[in-house]
Amino acid sequence: MSGRENILAKIKAIPRESRLLPEIPAFEFPMDHKVAFMLSIQANKGEVITESELKDFIAINRFEKILNLAKGMESLSTQPLPSDAHELNELEVAIIQGQFGVAENGAIWLTDENLGLRALPFITEHLVIVLEEKSLVSNMHEAYQRIGDQPSGFGLFIAGPSKTADIEQSLVIGAHGAKSLRVVLR
Amino acid sequence: MSHPAKASEFLQDAAKAKWHDETLWFVRDKRDTISKTIPEWEELRELASQIKDNVLANLYEYLVQFEEKATANGIQVHWAKDAEEHNQIVLSILQKHQCKAIVKSKSILTEECHLNPFLENSGVEVVDTDLGERIVQFLNQPPSHIVLPAIHLKKRDISELFHEKLHTEKGNEDPAYLTHAARLHLREKFLGAKVAITGVNFGVAETGEFVVCTNEGNADMGVHLADVHIACMGIEKIIPRRKDLGVFLRLLARSATGQPITNYNSHFRSPAQGKEIHIVLVDNGRTDQLAREKFKNSLKCIRCGACMNTCPIYRRSGGYSYGSVVPGPIGSILSPGLDLKKHSSLPFASTLCGSCTDVCPVKINIHEQLYEWRQEITKAQGTNAKSISMKIANGIFAVPFAYKITGAMMRGALKILPDSITYSGLNTWGKQRDLPETPKETFKDWYKKNRS
Repeated sequence: MSGRENILAKIKAIPRESRLLPEIPAFEFPMDHKVAFMLSIQANKGEVITESELKDFIAINRFEKILNLAKGMESLSTQPLPSDAHELNELEVAIIQGQFGVAENGAIWLTDENLGLRALPFITEHLVIVLEEKSLVSNMHEAYQRIGDQPSGFGLFIAGPSKTADIEQSLVIGAHGAKSLRVVLR
Repeated sequence: MSHPAKASEFLQDAAKAKWHDETLWFVRDKRDTISKTIPEWEELRELASQIKDNVLANLYEYLVQFEEKATANGIQVHWAKDAEEHNQIVLSILQKHQCKAIVKSKSILTEECHLNPFLENSGVEVVDTDLGERIVQFLNQPPSHIVLPAIHLKKRDISELFHEKLHTEKGNEDPAYLTHAARLHLREKFLGAKVAITGVNFGVAETGEFVVCTNEGNADMGVHLADVHIACMGIEKIIPRRKDLGVFLRLLARSATGQPITNYNSHFRSPAQGKEIHIVLVDNGRTDQLAREKFKNSLKCIRCGACMNTCPIYRRSGGYSYGSVVPGPIGSILSPGLDLKKHSSLPFASTLCGSCTDVCPVKINIHEQLYEWRQEITKAQGTNAKSISMKIANGIFAVPFAYKITGAMMRGALKILPDSITYSGLNTWGKQRDLPETPKETFKDWYKKNRS
């Protein structure tokens, strides 16, 4: 008997009871979306900045390897998207367009369509996500309502930079992925 | 070795044990603080519990639906009835791709299946990429906590280890410095791996997608650079609908570490062009647990670790004292189902205070199940030292004369007997506890003198 038949047969043999799947109600969110979102990003060790602050960030650090996929930021790009993600290993800044943000936790939804290559937001040294202020939703229930039956092959909530606290619970930013997250809210 | 024996080993380093206790309590405290910012917190727990009840009642249909959707999305679905079959499936995929080195992100299931030693014996280099897991892997140890794998180690231990393995500066214990050294070391491994293995937090029956949550981004670094992604998933990780993720993602990280959400929450639905995704659906004792009416609720667990952080026994005995892949209260109700004899001391490693049940985001009645397991184990094992003394006590309490005589005898004897006898190994209760001073007279004598 194959693993599949074995497992399914064992489950079928167990007497079952009827347990209804509950409907998920809409929960009220008392705070202003923008204020809550900004607080959430800060708590996750990210930063909310303006377009001009982004330009300063790039200029001060003299970044040269910048890949932009966000609308209206094309002039900042210094290199095109390669075909193989391994070539992104030296990338300093990736600028990506986010679809929407979640006020309660700072999570930002991205899919294949925004990423170009799935490794991009992880392998880059610094990550910038451009987000429209009007795209903010209150909580994760509203977020999944908004995602609906979107058929993307890969979807991702990013809420902050790569981080770890595995050594004595001391928080360290920049474990494997991006060492910083900046959100340009416009 | 039993839980008490291993716990006393852990307690030998009193300072470290105290740090362990306080640090985990701090994590528990963060969970409390953040959960109180969500007015609907208790309603979310109830919803999560009901969704999981529904999953357990309809597991057959959901698994078949998940397989159908995932297959239609271009994911290759495999089924493994036990650990051996799981390991063979993983190895056969590696062999097909002539892969000799893999990167792996946190997966308690692959620990449960002992995948690492199996692959290493077959000549495959396995690199755990979660920082905590890489640390314990260097030490040839299993994780001691399911969310905080290296919580039993101090930064001095890690500094010494990294000096030896990664040639970091001797004596540099700065967590940021050590983490950066691991980043450089693991970046090389990520860039070189053709196959990446991950666990699964949630599999969605409705869409055939699965979700992996990390803070480090290590799962994604691995799978997006590799050609092949193998996701190992226990069959109980299924949830019915995509929108159910809203409930679980709100609960998971808040319960685990007190943060509002993990920084990376990846939804895998189909492979990128030219790449492969495999899912291995694993039983390994889960259907047996599902058939146990009293214990099947343990399968609702979403592996947040909150019950460990809150448990007065776990905090003071360390993860290794449990001798099971999943330690702590939830491990103590899961593991006896896998091997009753080996894990017979675990359900007793609890004060039955019920704190585990109170913090569980899916409302598993953990402490009640611990109590149920105790009864199963006592039935299976017959009498032990404690139950013999209970029988003697029963005889004494039943006969007034015997009660009177033994009372007088014990009051006399406890004064005279040396501590070595009163607190001998036979008296497990006397370990780390002091008897109160014995009164001069009985309450009955006192009452006669003063009130009659």
